[in-house]
Amino acid sequence: MTAEVESHTVAPAPGDTWTGKLRDRVVRELPPDKLLPDRQPSYVGSWIYVFGVLTIAALLVVVATGVVLTLEGPEWYHISDVGHFFNSLHFWSVQLFFIFMVVHLWGKFWMAAWRGRRAMTWITGVVSFIVSLATAFTGYLMQTNADSQWITFEAKDGLNAVGIGAWFNVTSLGQTMLLHVCTLPLVVGLIVVLHVLLVRKRGVVPPIDAFKNEPAAASDTAEVAS
Amino acid sequence: MSKTKKVDPAAAPWQGPWRKYDILKEGVIALIVVALLSVGLAGVFSSPDEKALTFQGWATSAPDNFFATTVGELAGTTESAGYGPPYNEGGDGVSVGPLNMQKLMGVRNPVNPADDFVITPLSSSQQSQETVDALKAWKDASADQQAAWATAFDDAVQATADEEGVLDLTKVEEGDYGPVPVLAKALTDMATSGAYDGVLLAQDPNGFYQMDHTKQILFMGDGSYLDDFGTVQNLQGNTWGMMNETGSYPGQAWLWLYSFWYQLPVFNAPDDADPASMTAQLSGSADALIFYIMGLLTILLVLLPFIPGVRSIPKWIPLHKLIWRDYYRSIRG
Ligand code: HEM
Repeated sequence: MTAEVESHTVAPAPGDTWTGKLRDRVVRELPPDKLLPDRQPSYVGSWIYVFGVLTIAALLVVVATGVVLTLEGPEWYHISDVGHFFNSLHFWSVQLFFIFMVVHLWGKFWMAAWRGRRAMTWITGVVSFIVSLATAFTGYLMQTNADSQWITFEAKDGLNAVGIGAWFNVTSLGQTMLLHVCTLPLVVGLIVVLHVLLVRKRGVVPPIDAFKNEPAAASDTAEVAS
Repeated sequence: MSKTKKVDPAAAPWQGPWRKYDILKEGVIALIVVALLSVGLAGVFSSPDEKALTFQGWATSAPDNFFATTVGELAGTTESAGYGPPYNEGGDGVSVGPLNMQKLMGVRNPVNPADDFVITPLSSSQQSQETVDALKAWKDASADQQAAWATAFDDAVQATADEEGVLDLTKVEEGDYGPVPVLAKALTDMATSGAYDGVLLAQDPNGFYQMDHTKQILFMGDGSYLDDFGTVQNLQGNTWGMMNETGSYPGQAWLWLYSFWYQLPVFNAPDDADPASMTAQLSGSADALIFYIMGLLTILLVLLPFIPGVRSIPKWIPLHKLIWRDYYRSIRG
C-alpha cells in the first residue's frame, strides 16, 4: 500500500469525504437564511404561530427547573421551601407546556399544515406529544408522595394488562426516576430539534387554496402539463 | 403529446411578498413571558405534595382493615394474591379475545403475598414467644392445612361485616384457625409501631439499596386505606380521577381521552353485574381494551395527513379563513 500524499494547495473535490458530503448536505438543506430567518412569507401573521415557540419556551423552563430539582435530590422539595418552590415552577411550567402544545396541535390541524411535503413535520409533532405524555407520566410516578402512590397503584393495571408492565415496572422508583430525569427528556429534546429543523427546512405552510392547482392533501399531487 | 410532471405547489418556494421577522427576538420574548408566567403561577398557587401514606398510618387509623387484609393475604383472597403476571400465578390476567399479553410476558416481578407481606417480615424481626410458635406452626403445616386455616378465618372475619362492609372483630366466631389469628395480630402490632414500613423495605433482594416498591404498593392497595385516600381526593378512575391531582390542582388533563373510555358504562360495570354479561366482560378487559383503542387512535393521529376524508376536514370546516384572514383579504382586494 502506498500512502497518497495530497498537495496542501489542492482541496479535496466536493463530496470526496464523508465530512465534506455531510457539510454539503447540511448547507444545501438548511442554508443559514432558512435556519435563522429574518423574514417570513406575508401570510405568516396570526397569533396561532406563536404557540410553537411558546411550547419550546415552556419546554426550556421545564428542563431548567427540572435540572435545579436534580441538584438536591428527591427529598429536597418535601422538606425545603426553596425546593418546594422549584417543584411548583416545574409543575406549572409543565401545565403551560401541555396547554401550548395542544393549542399548537389544533392550530396545525385546522391549517392542514402537513400539506406540501410537511407530513414528517406533523409526524414528529405527534411523536413529541406522545413522548411528552410518557415523560409527564413518569414525573407523576416519581413524586414520592401520596399522589404518586395512588397513580402507581392505578397505572400498573393498565400497563400490566398489555404486557408492558413486565418490562416497565411503574412501582420501581429507580426505573421511573431514571426514565424521567434522563432517557425520556433526552428523546423529547431530540424529536423537538428534528421537528423544528423540518419546519425551517420546508418553510411555513402556505394558506389553504393559495394556489389554483393545489392538491387536497399531502400525498395527492396535481398533474400539470409542462 | 405533452409530458406531464407532478407538482405540489404547497411545497414550492414562496413567490409572493414577504414580511420582516426576527426569530431570535420572538424566542427570547417567549422565554421571558413563559418564565414569568411560571413564577406567577408557582408563587400564587404553589403545588400539591401530600405526604406519602405509610403502613403505620394504615394500621393506626384502620387497624381492623389492616388485620383483615393480612388474613386475606394468608388466605390468598386479596387482589395481589389473585393478580397473576407479572407478579405471580394467582390469576390469568386480562385477555382480549385469544390475546393475553399479560400471561405471555410472564412473571417478571415475583410477589408471593403470604410470604412476602406476612411470613418473611414477621420471621425477620424479633417477636413474642407466642408469635414465634405461631410462625413455626405455620411453616410446619402443609399448604392445604395453611389454606384451610386461613380461609376459614378469612370467612369468619368477613362474616362480621355490616351492610357498609365495616368489620367487627369482636364478633368473629370461634373455630379452628391454627396460628392465623396470632400472625395477623402480630403483623398489625408491628405495623402500628412503625417497624413494618422498614422491614418490608429491607427485605428486597438488593438489601441495602432499595428502589423498588412493588410489594409496598401491592399490599397497601389490597386494603381500604389507599382506596379511601383516592376517593376522598377524587382520584378514582371512574370519576375522571386519572386527570386529577390531590387537592384542587390540575392533573394530567391531557389524559382526558384516555380517561373518557373509563367513564363509559360498557367499561364500567357495577361490582354486582352478572359476570357473564357483555358489560362485565368488557369491563374485565377494560384496561387492555382501552390501551389498544388509544394505541390505534394514536397511530391514526400519526398517519392523519394520509387518511382521505379526515385530512380534508380543515378544508370543509374553514377555520383557516380566520387564521389567514389578512392573506385572503389581500388576494381578494
Ligand atoms: C414538544 C412539542 C412541540 C414543539 C416544541 C413544537 C414546536 C414547533 C415550532 C416552533 C413550529 C414553528 C412555529 C409554528 O408554526 O408554530 C412548529 C411547527 C409545526 N408543528 Fe410543532 N411543536 C410541537 C408539537 C407538535 C405537535 C403535537 C404537532 C401536531 C401533531 C405539531 C405539528 C406541527 C406542524 C405540522 C408544524 C409546521 C407548521 C407550518 O409549516 O406552518 N407540532 N412546531
